[in-house]
Amino acid sequence: MPTGAEVIREVKGRIDEVDPGTVHADLESGNGNAPVLIDVRESDEFEAGHIPGARHVPRGHLESRIEGAAPDRSQRVVLYCASGNRSALAADTLERLLGYEHVESMTGGITLWKDRGYDVEVPRRLTKEQRERYSRHILIPEVGLEGQQKLLDAKVLLLGAGALGSPTSLYLTAAGVGTIGIVDNDVVDLSNLQRQVIHTTDRIGESKVESAQLTMKALNPDVDVRTFDLRLDASNIMEVLQSEDWDVVVDGLDNFPTRYLLNDASVRLRIPVVSAAILGFDGQLSVFEPYVGPCYRCLFPTPPPAELAPSCGANGVLGVLPGTMGMLSATEAIKLIIGKGDTLTGRLLLYDALAATFTELKVRRDPDCPICSRAPDDITDEEMGVFPDYEAFCAAAG
Amino acid sequence: MATIKIPPVLRASVGGEREVEADGADVGTVLHALAAQHPATQSQLFGADGELNRYVNVYLNDEDVRVLGGLQTNVGEGDTLVILPAMAGGER
Repeated sequence: MPTGAEVIREVKGRIDEVDPGTVHADLESGNGNAPVLIDVRESDEFEAGHIPGARHVPRGHLESRIEGAAPDRSQRVVLYCASGNRSALAADTLERLLGYEHVESMTGGITLWKDRGYDVEVPRRLTKEQRERYSRHILIPEVGLEGQQKLLDAKVLLLGAGALGSPTSLYLTAAGVGTIGIVDNDVVDLSNLQRQVIHTTDRIGESKVESAQLTMKALNPDVDVRTFDLRLDASNIMEVLQSEDWDVVVDGLDNFPTRYLLNDASVRLRIPVVSAAILGFDGQLSVFEPYVGPCYRCLFPTPPPAELAPSCGANGVLGVLPGTMGMLSATEAIKLIIGKGDTLTGRLLLYDALAATFTELKVRRDPDCPICSRAPDDITDEEMGVFPDYEAFCAAAG
Repeated sequence: MATIKIPPVLRASVGGEREVEADGADVGTVLHALAAQHPATQSQLFGADGELNRYVNVYLNDEDVRVLGGLQTNVGEGDTLVILPAMAGGER
């Protein structure tokens, strides 16, 4: 039988190897030669420092996880380990057993890479408890440690601790979004509990933001909850939106005037907004990324007259509907944070719960939009949230 | 015959239906046919000038008809028109 060293020599003889200098040049060049770079070492080695941009597929999980990291077998894949032995064996597996067409093993591994003075990224470490709590995220390549770290660093502002805000806040809390702000001036009412699942029967009469904070902290003590016990209006919106460096705002507001106000302020501050609305059995959802896609005013330039805008009084809603829409909102917020997938930017999703159908509509940027066709600094305080008087608006609805 | 998807706020005006069929070679004709069948929708869809109200978005399949040919946009057999007024409800 051959010795281990002989097997490695033999494998190295039949696979392709590549010098760290070539890999470095190809990664830097941006000319399309950049390979998918895969670190095949163990988790503790990867976390102690890896090549920036490398994906982590430990050699022991190579066959089961490689397709998540490098789904296209014809693309160029470079593997590395500490010194070049494990990556050579892994390259052999990818080529011979899995049919990857263009695999190279980096000679000398990360040790030689470091000797050449190239950059190494040292990820911040999650605690042992965090590794376990978020293990199912870390296992998906699209999230992984890097995505989980982004979630832990992220700051999301939720407008409304009601029907839409309940599921959104629960799932963003569970996902480990590091800072969650929650804005609402209402108190918990018995009639809320059919759908506002973040609140509980024993908290009837208590402030919604306080009640939400209790549930969120109990679910995940990692999350820093900031409460804003106020009703958002023109006098406080800029202060609330600038109270932190919010990455995403999730809009579960219950009325048109504030939605227009939020739109104008978020365009001015360039904060993406995930926007959901519900009525009866129907839901609407979109993402408004300022200057990337359309804004709320591009989609709805004019609010409907009061008789077609049933947002003033109490309306019926199937309790699970805001659950569905709120969780779709949370999904969009997470995608915006980790930068993966296609968001609903430029698309409006309609959900008809009775028919069990989803309809997708295109939303275009309006070149004449009164707000987002202009530079953020040109939008004045006086112009923000310009809308018919709300009291009059609702009074007209009878 | 085109299918028109009716939004929740207009369903009372069409006898509670969620979808209505109407004939017409272009968007304007189809919507006027809808208004003829269900007169309550006339003022909700059209202004006094005969144009679509600005607060009502109409989509031919998935595209806003304003990006296409407006009310003159051709409608084919089996096309779907979606009438979409804004909804605000977060429902507190």
